[in-house]
Amino acid sequence: MPADGGIGAATPRREDVRFLTGAGNYTDDINMRGQAYVAFLRSDVAHGKLKKVDTGAAAAMPGVIRIFTGEDFEGVGGIPCGWQVTDRHGEPMQEPPQPVLAQGKVRHIGDRIAAVVAESLEQARNAAEAIVVEIEDLPAVVDMKKALEPDATKVHDDLKNNLCYDWVFGSDDAAIEGAFSKAAHVTTLELVNQRLVANPMEPRVAIGDYASHSDESTLYTTSQNPHMIRLLMGAFVLGIPEHKLRVVAPDVGGGFGTKIFHYAEEAFCTFAAKALHRPVKWTSSRSEAFISDAQGRDHVTKIELALDAENNFIGLRTDTLANMGAYLMTVAPAVPTYLHGTLMAGCYRTPAVQVNVRAVFTNTVPVDAYRGAGRPEATYQLERLIDKAARELGADPIALRRQNFVTEFPYTTPVAVQYDTGNYHGTMDVLEKIADIAGFEKRRKDSEARGKLRGFGINCYIEACGLAPSHLVGQLGGRAGFYESATVRVNATGGLVVMTGSHSHGQGHETSFPQVVADMLGIDPSMIELVHGDTSKIPMGMGTYGSRSLSVGGSAIYRATEKIIAKAKKIAAHLMEASEADVELKDGQFSVAGTDKSVAWGDVTLAAYVPHNYPLEDIEPGLEETAFYDPSNFTYPAGAYACEVEVDPDTGKVEIMSFAAADDFGNIINPMIVDGQVHGGIGQGIGQALLENCVYDETGQLLSASFMDYAMPRADDVPFYAVDHSSQTPCTHNPLGVKGCGEAGAIGSPPAVVNAVVDALQSGGHKVDHIDMPVSPARVWAAMNNA
Amino acid sequence: MPQVSMTVNGKPASGEVEGRTLLSTFLRETLGMTGTHVGCDTSQCGACVVHVNGDAVKSCTMFALEAEGADVATIEGQAAADGTLNAIQAAFQEHHGLQCGFCTPGMVMSAAALLKENPKPSEAEVRKYLSGNLCRCTGYHNIVKAIMAASGQDVGAIAAE
Amino acid sequence: MYAFEFERPSTVADAAKALGEEDAQALGGGQTLIPTLKQRLAMPSKLVSLSGIAEIKGVCKADDGALCVGGGTTHATVASEAKADYPALAALAGNIGDPAVRNRGTIGGSIANNDPAACYPSAVLASGATVVTNKREIAADDYFQGLFETALDEGEIVTEVRFPVPEKASYQKFEQPASRFALVGVFVAKYADGVRVAVTGASESGVFRWSEAEAALSSNFAPEALDGMAPPADGMISDLHGSADYRAHLVGVIARRAVAAAS
Repeated sequence: MPADGGIGAATPRREDVRFLTGAGNYTDDINMRGQAYVAFLRSDVAHGKLKKVDTGAAAAMPGVIRIFTGEDFEGVGGIPCGWQVTDRHGEPMQEPPQPVLAQGKVRHIGDRIAAVVAESLEQARNAAEAIVVEIEDLPAVVDMKKALEPDATKVHDDLKNNLCYDWVFGSDDAAIEGAFSKAAHVTTLELVNQRLVANPMEPRVAIGDYASHSDESTLYTTSQNPHMIRLLMGAFVLGIPEHKLRVVAPDVGGGFGTKIFHYAEEAFCTFAAKALHRPVKWTSSRSEAFISDAQGRDHVTKIELALDAENNFIGLRTDTLANMGAYLMTVAPAVPTYLHGTLMAGCYRTPAVQVNVRAVFTNTVPVDAYRGAGRPEATYQLERLIDKAARELGADPIALRRQNFVTEFPYTTPVAVQYDTGNYHGTMDVLEKIADIAGFEKRRKDSEARGKLRGFGINCYIEACGLAPSHLVGQLGGRAGFYESATVRVNATGGLVVMTGSHSHGQGHETSFPQVVADMLGIDPSMIELVHGDTSKIPMGMGTYGSRSLSVGGSAIYRATEKIIAKAKKIAAHLMEASEADVELKDGQFSVAGTDKSVAWGDVTLAAYVPHNYPLEDIEPGLEETAFYDPSNFTYPAGAYACEVEVDPDTGKVEIMSFAAADDFGNIINPMIVDGQVHGGIGQGIGQALLENCVYDETGQLLSASFMDYAMPRADDVPFYAVDHSSQTPCTHNPLGVKGCGEAGAIGSPPAVVNAVVDALQSGGHKVDHIDMPVSPARVWAAMNNA
Repeated sequence: MPQVSMTVNGKPASGEVEGRTLLSTFLRETLGMTGTHVGCDTSQCGACVVHVNGDAVKSCTMFALEAEGADVATIEGQAAADGTLNAIQAAFQEHHGLQCGFCTPGMVMSAAALLKENPKPSEAEVRKYLSGNLCRCTGYHNIVKAIMAASGQDVGAIAAE
Repeated sequence: MYAFEFERPSTVADAAKALGEEDAQALGGGQTLIPTLKQRLAMPSKLVSLSGIAEIKGVCKADDGALCVGGGTTHATVASEAKADYPALAALAGNIGDPAVRNRGTIGGSIANNDPAACYPSAVLASGATVVTNKREIAADDYFQGLFETALDEGEIVTEVRFPVPEKASYQKFEQPASRFALVGVFVAKYADGVRVAVTGASESGVFRWSEAEAALSSNFAPEALDGMAPPADGMISDLHGSADYRAHLVGVIARRAVAAAS
């Protein structure tokens, strides 16, 4: 194994050089000859009937090429939803259309009324302002509970009401009632998992291009999954077959979920480019992103835990309202259901678990997956609740968790998933060491001497990643396969190109995926190039989300490389006049066991393309293999996190003093990259816990509409993090034994922070048992003064 | 249209601009130097930080015409002519101080300004100095570590955190 | 942004002339104005950049001991050049926004804009400073007239701010977590003839003097003098970052911290 670049090596990233020298190629860096610019006229009211959209004067303004309105998209497909949830009565969810440009109504701040294509961006904006729009204001539906009242205004007139679905999952009523009726103690908590804005640092961009000579459309877009966009936009919106549609996602500046989805702006630019025979470019400003990127979270939950007299968890039930916003984005219905309800058992062997989720339409920007997607919400509810239970029972929060851990695997939960492997005591053991729990009381005294309240918070999370077994997803309403594909092309002189349907937008695939192949072949990783992000170069792909790239995409690469090795051994056997079964591959050299016969990697690859001495009767020339890998189960990363905070009792300000994360990700390919993923997730989790809040007023106006009011975590809001992934139980069902690390930090950190804040306040004698996120200074102060 | 001339990374650069043309737009569109990024419109994210006459500024919050005659330095001019990364760039790579790379040009330019002003900053000083540079990927851990390493400080203890 | 003409004069006289045109607007460091223009919330016919005017840049000391800061002086320059003479003012300037903002933003631009959450207005008001323009001198107490409102006429240029240097002073800021502007900022300045306390960030009417605190501190310049004191919540800003009650409470806390830190 090449220790400096194979599996397990902290190889520095090769992609860094271009990013560090300004040579990255992000979508907005692309400018096409003759391109025109798009400005969208967006609704400034949350809900209204479009009475008139008069583009006459605007169309005559300088530089305007054409103005499009909803009428231009009659007969064109709407933006599709990729997941159909079935409700508790077996009925399909209510699924409203989402037109590319508004037809008849606007349903959220930022809804698209018209699009101006002009010679320059400012000309497009000028004309967009000059469009005369008459809107009859309708009452805005913002609060989810009010949205479900019988006389509530309907977001979509053609639906029965504002309920997308009412979904129940897990144990039956009898099992749940039984557990709660025999409980010695029941702990109840109501909480809000607030709405967030993903805010990847690169705003979205779309460039449509059209070649009339070949009738081919190309879309350059800031996407986490270009093939999915090709499928959704081509098949469902614009009716362009795959071979006439190319989607390119070049360097993408972060995604965090919000760049998974197919957006109307992508369809618009592709459509307009064909209509106008010109490249058409749209670049979102940050302000526009706040009202047009799908947002995340936004759950309101009541959760109850039943315990027996020995503090064993015997029942758990939840009742959640999940905000969908005004339209269903690509995977939105799955987030509060199959990505949330299935994880509600946590790391614990609670025998009865029932989850109820009602998804609600409101006049707000659509909501869909944001880093963790459903799993942070599940973890937050459960782990806040367990902390509250421990406090009510006078139990040690760690001991209470340990007592209820699942310890035998595989373990099938009452919420339908089977954990293949894990060691929750193992990660907790690591955490207790790296968080120096033993030294906490002394640190608390030091803080108190400085007039501060110190708190310690713990959290154990489990998540399901590596989406997903296609047959299972199909049963659950997913409208796609969730495999991944890879092609490994070996060139004549021995170098390789690995093509993957996964997409790297910060994850470092260009470095870590070649590590896998280099390890398998025993060659230097510099001989391997990774290609991703272009549907014209890669057979198929499902993209990057749900911490799936390595466990699914990496496994596809593994399988394709296995095929390469198998064929290369046949060629090597021929060259060495040996039996294929006796050929070994080690350190890039083929040899025959028990002899001194050997041929180099390069001899075999050359023979594959110059087949003069070659077993042409048995195998074809060339050395290129493709594999599609469809996982048989999810993977289940898990871990234990701890946070220490200081609260300033005079101002309510919370400072994170330390943060420790012990994760079990199974096998690790590049520990440096894994650490970085956890760091980033923790940063976002601390952001959710302390700072970030997407707030609408009762009229549906967005109050947190820029970085001036939406608090992003900055360098001085966070400490260095202690992270450790030495506790490893390799995944049992993928060839790499890997689990996925991209979302763990964001899932595991918010409850640890809030638990720590509550602990700090309790230590100061404040009878505060919960504060909703973000735990801002104002909220802490109010809680201290009301309790 | 008015003409603007300046020195960018040591080379003369000029072009026609409007009054409203931002320095970031001039760099990205007129000069085609797309290493400088624009991540917000309220002057907070810092992806657009460049140096003007040696000072870090947000190039999206300065008009190109105000840089008339100025000496401008961008991310494209940080590595040596043969491509060798400078100490800050190298430290960012070694310590994994970047993921998606979008905030990176601004981070590197801010770090360079910091180390010129304060050659051995403490952790707290680095964090404070970066308050105008947002990163959504790294949780800042490895950015802070990389900048401290670039300043010649031993960051081994941080790795063991 | 809407289109506008751009002019960058090198003298105050030329700038004043350029600003005489209808809908012309002065551009200081642009750190607030440019984002405003991007949102198309302003539509000047012409922007007159003050950044090329050497005569309104720099920090110096007047014969009467006052610290004179040119209207076009950046926050970064004040942070370094006022350090010896007026450390509390230098510290305030060195903590506005972020380093890149401080390299462009100017004192004249800040006080001409008079954002209710900006830092500088509190220093000007607490110091009883004099705002010098190309036309006249305006006492701080007359200068600030509410949210984004000042005594400046159309086209009037802040050329200098003269700060009487206090015996002791400190500015403490509790930051709004998103913008990092002041959720509450308090500038306390102790002069031989009394103490002045100016509060920014908190009030719906912009920067204001907290006279009860001034009276208490003038007789006893110690944090304890303000124990239990807070201005009335009535008229305080209430928004998603904090209620009026919370802001009123913070004014008391931050004022005590400013007194404790005063040097």
